[in-house]
Amino acid sequence: MAVLVSTTVNGDTIEFACEPDETLLDALRNRMGLTGAKEGCGTGDCGACSIMLDGRLVCSCLVLGPEAQGREIETVEGMADGPVLHPLQRQFLDHGALQCGICTPGFLIAAKALLDKTPDPSEEEIRFGLAGNLCRCTGYDKIVRAVQDAAKEMRGA
Amino acid sequence: MAQNAATIFKQVTPMQYEAPETTKAAVALLAKAKGSTHVLAGGSDLLVRMKGGFIEPDLIVDIKRIKAMREVKKTAAGFSIGAAVPCAALSENKALVKAWPGVVEAANLIGSKQIQGRCTIAGNLCNAGPAADSVPAMVAAGAKAVIQGPKGKRTVAVEAIGIAPGKNSLKKGELVEAILLPARKPKSGDAYLRFIPRTEMDIAVVSCGVNLTIDGKGVVTSARVALGAVAPTVLLADAAARAIIGSKLDDAALDKLGAAASAACRPIDDKRGTIEFRTKVAAVLAKRAAKIAYRRAGGK
Repeated sequence: MAVLVSTTVNGDTIEFACEPDETLLDALRNRMGLTGAKEGCGTGDCGACSIMLDGRLVCSCLVLGPEAQGREIETVEGMADGPVLHPLQRQFLDHGALQCGICTPGFLIAAKALLDKTPDPSEEEIRFGLAGNLCRCTGYDKIVRAVQDAAKEMRGA
Repeated sequence: MAQNAATIFKQVTPMQYEAPETTKAAVALLAKAKGSTHVLAGGSDLLVRMKGGFIEPDLIVDIKRIKAMREVKKTAAGFSIGAAVPCAALSENKALVKAWPGVVEAANLIGSKQIQGRCTIAGNLCNAGPAADSVPAMVAAGAKAVIQGPKGKRTVAVEAIGIAPGKNSLKKGELVEAILLPARKPKSGDAYLRFIPRTEMDIAVVSCGVNLTIDGKGVVTSARVALGAVAPTVLLADAAARAIIGSKLDDAALDKLGAAASAACRPIDDKRGTIEFRTKVAAVLAKRAAKIAYRRAGGK
């Protein structure tokens, strides 16, 4: 008894069918082929599945696929402008703010959500803003520096 | 054989997902439902329990399509916070933050930014966890829950919702539609504090909400004190409130408040804290929260 869902992902209207108890994360990855969001814990603790849902940062593992009906979703796949990376993406690369990379899409989405609201965050604000994203490789310092430099760049400073 | 048939039937019966657009339709779905039925607000607890295999819902009723439940309304009677309003939206409402800073800070201690974008205070209340962060703050605030059900609407004090860990007092077909916070009297303040072994993102080992009003001389004229994680349900500590009413929150009154808060505790020993620790820390948090609430009320 699949549910038919029509939603907007990164500006495109997408229709998909999913089971009523299927998570939006699974629907994104397995039905829509958008594998940027990752499943780390599956229980909302690690943030690897972070997406924007109607302008709010959420864990897509804690959203049911059918809930996406008529909503607007933004994923990491929508961050770059064609071949031009988003400043956050480029700064993550320049700073080496990733090792295995599993957590990176979630960090990028959460960092973008933070900078959209707080263009000039303190280090503490960055660390609190990203507290819902776990990284077991980097020790976070490089991530924080990448976000600081991306913020500076985005402010045109 | 009968049991096998039941097991197989269970496996092939798919979960039903409904997202009604009116409270009436939601109540009708809940009232006629058979089997395991759950209301979906933010889902930050419900989906975790589903994935953990603790529940296997036959029906989920998503209330986020009900417009009235997605709004925070300021009325002459105070604030009405719809059951589907995510906690992140509470801190964005300046009037609410100004009137009830303790309730908002408690709601904003729940989980990460990601969880904040989904979780709701109505869900936090209905889950009936003894350590639920927003609940002591709501109890201290004198918040009420508007319940809709097959027999119509009823409004109850929030402390009447949780009856045991994970169990609430809602009857079949009922759901919480909104949380009501009273209008603020002048010279009032509230605060919520919790103890966790980390700096953030953890479950309260002990928590305390204090709400009070003072007069022109700084004397506490009314107060409510609530404690979390020290009993099977969140506690309204009347004796603790009485300890500071009539005082200017001097050291003697604070000591009485602390002693009454500790005396109200009926905690368990677990890996997060011992009975002794929880009982002692309840006093510390009650005193500190009272001081913050007093300052917010304009007391010196």
